[in-house]
Amino acid sequence: MDAHHALRERIARIERQRPVDAPALVALGAGDVDRALGGGLARARLHEIFAAERDETAGAAGFAAMLACLMLPAGAPVLWLRQEEAERQGGRLHAPGLAEIGLDPARLVLAVLPDAVTLLRAAADVVRCAEVGAVVIELWRQPQALDLTASRRLAVAAEASGVTALMLRAQAEPGPSAAQTRWSVRAAPSIALEAQAPGNTMLDVELLRQRGRPSGGRWRLEWDREAARFGQAAAGGTAASGAVAAAAERGSADGAAAFRLAG
Amino acid sequence: MRIVALDANALAQGLAPGLTLADARARIPELAAIDHDSLADRLWLERLADGCDRWTPMVALDPPDGITLDITGCLESFALRSGGGKRGSFPGAGRGPGPQPEANAPSDTRRGARAPACTGEADPIFANEAALAADVERRFALAGIHLRLAIAGSPEAAQALARFQTMPAADEAGALRRLPVAALRLDEDMVVALRRAGLKTIGDLAARPTAPLAARFGAEMVDALDRLLGRADSRIVPRRALPALLFERRFAEPIARTEDALVVLDALMHEAALALEERRGGGRRFSARLYRSDGAVRDLAVETGLPTRDPQVPARLLRERIDALADPIDPGFGFDMIRLAVPLVEPLAATQLGLEGGQLGEEAMAALVDRLGTRIGGGRIRRFRQIDTHIPEQAALALPAIALPDPARWAAPVPGEPPLRPLHLFDPPQRIEVTMYEVPDGPPHRFRWRRTLHEVARFEGPERIAGEWWRVRVDRLPDPGASTVRPVPGRDAMDCDGEQLDETRGAVPGRPANPLLTRDYFRVEDVRGRRFWLFRHGLYDEADRPDWYLHGLFA
Repeated sequence: MDAHHALRERIARIERQRPVDAPALVALGAGDVDRALGGGLARARLHEIFAAERDETAGAAGFAAMLACLMLPAGAPVLWLRQEEAERQGGRLHAPGLAEIGLDPARLVLAVLPDAVTLLRAAADVVRCAEVGAVVIELWRQPQALDLTASRRLAVAAEASGVTALMLRAQAEPGPSAAQTRWSVRAAPSIALEAQAPGNTMLDVELLRQRGRPSGGRWRLEWDREAARFGQAAAGGTAASGAVAAAAERGSADGAAAFRLAG
Repeated sequence: MRIVALDANALAQGLAPGLTLADARARIPELAAIDHDSLADRLWLERLADGCDRWTPMVALDPPDGITLDITGCLESFALRSGGGKRGSFPGAGRGPGPQPEANAPSDTRRGARAPACTGEADPIFANEAALAADVERRFALAGIHLRLAIAGSPEAAQALARFQTMPAADEAGALRRLPVAALRLDEDMVVALRRAGLKTIGDLAARPTAPLAARFGAEMVDALDRLLGRADSRIVPRRALPALLFERRFAEPIARTEDALVVLDALMHEAALALEERRGGGRRFSARLYRSDGAVRDLAVETGLPTRDPQVPARLLRERIDALADPIDPGFGFDMIRLAVPLVEPLAATQLGLEGGQLGEEAMAALVDRLGTRIGGGRIRRFRQIDTHIPEQAALALPAIALPDPARWAAPVPGEPPLRPLHLFDPPQRIEVTMYEVPDGPPHRFRWRRTLHEVARFEGPERIAGEWWRVRVDRLPDPGASTVRPVPGRDAMDCDGEQLDETRGAVPGRPANPLLTRDYFRVEDVRGRRFWLFRHGLYDEADRPDWYLHGLFA
């Protein structure tokens, strides 16, 4: 038995050159998701987030920002790598919007790169910097440069440096990759506040794949900024958090709507 | 076609530059001619001038075929170095009142053969001008370049002596007097006019009072004469501004490994740190120059966001820079001189680390930005900056991080509220087609964006953001009585992009033309749950048919 164990260790040494410690898991907050993930999402790994459809980019970007909030060690900076094309077509990243999600814009460093090749090269550099807490690598469409090798390179670098890498893919189909988990994200109707106001960010999240565990599972998650965790939405629930509301008549068409004191 | 340059062999046959090619061919039928490439010559001269940096930082080009070096003060500093004394900056390299030796090296612009390895040479320390001149000649000869070299008290004198001196003279003044008037480097007509007046040499001119000369030949000629004879002050304009601090090492034996060169650079950085501490300054830019023994030079420069005098910082950045190089440094036959310059020095007070660690975090962030900027490109790394305005697309800008060392403090979002500002913001806002909306200040019920129809299920608004009338000049303010408002062409940053048409997307993103119109913002959610930030541009009493725009996307 001992010989068997020693042999295994030797193989591991040859394959990886160094022992890989079990990754630190960060619970997302929603019980079912954490159970499916075996406790939570792994730090220092590569995770892929796909926008489920062409026009779901903002939802996927929001999910990436939320995960970055969760995975970030205290005080560490986040790097967000974008293509110029994304800035043009998807709109630029808006600092107050990031703050509204809970990610302090002062901790965010944005890098805008001309194409996918330079972006991947920069990403490989950034993932190696141990000072960085998390990296969001935003890639549009299906660049040639992003193959299994590139993805594996990022994954290995993330393991070595302890940086959590979040690969955000817009207008793309999942391909072979070395990512720990792969998600598909789309927006979901929020739980309305008073007067039919849109409520907290609600996302429809599907776990497409994960390494070493059964994949599959689709949940509706509501992001709670103050607690920095996801909540699992119960169907037909009421607002989880709401502003001070006052029931009053309003002279609108239906007459019955209440109003909300926002801001 | 005229002949521009000739080799020694052709010159010996009696040909001269300026001759037409047909005449020359008539005289010597076997003449081989090559097209003149002035740009290549110029680049070659620039490369040679780079190599000349090893003798003095004050190097100027004298096109088409000359290089002028200001060696004022260099000899003393070399002498100091030989005594093992202070190593360090050229102290301003100021021009003293004494004689200003100039080396002028018009070079033949043929590409020379590659220099052979220089091994076992003596430590090049120059006790006097002759030793320096010998070193210049030896190094150019290695590159296969034939030199005419002269050292004189003023740049013009050195240039003239290098180009026109034909026989040796006892002293500089005597040599200058024997030069032909062409040495003044005036135009051809002037030279002919002087010759016709019987004034053939500089000596003829120098002996005469200047006022009659100026009256006859113009002030320009007299000025040129004064500069040549050192009567008027003249100085060269160096190709590069002198750096604030300069440190260098010379090696008797060239060092052949890049790692060793980096160790030397580390030592130079420590010297720089000491000098910076004396000045109570910090460097923002560090540039290293590696001089190969065959005359090639390699430049490496790094920049930091905050002034620093920690030698580790530029040393680490320099290693990053070398790692990120597309073509690695080729030491060739070795580097025989390494120089570190600190061109940009800013005041930096002695600091104490903050106990609570907040300041330290910001420094770590600045260091990270420097590292990434060195690898990815400084302008590509951005951080967010708050601008004091209510117009959303101008309120938060992502600006190059290296230019803004001060961190912005961001207001915390209102607790308990859903996100009120979008994650993605379109700039310019994208125009949408709204089919139904409530008058006067209701939200749209349905709108079309990028060829897709969206059915609004939930909304909140309006959140009213008024135009910034105080930023527009008074005479451009619209007449309050007018029913429709004309677009204000303006200084306002808002309409600087103008109208944009994006055919491919199907949408018509247009920047709202009038910055004065009020915007009524709505947070809306469509039936599928996608959340948008829309606004109506103009109230109903401001605009006839207000346009609708999509400004942002919520997560």
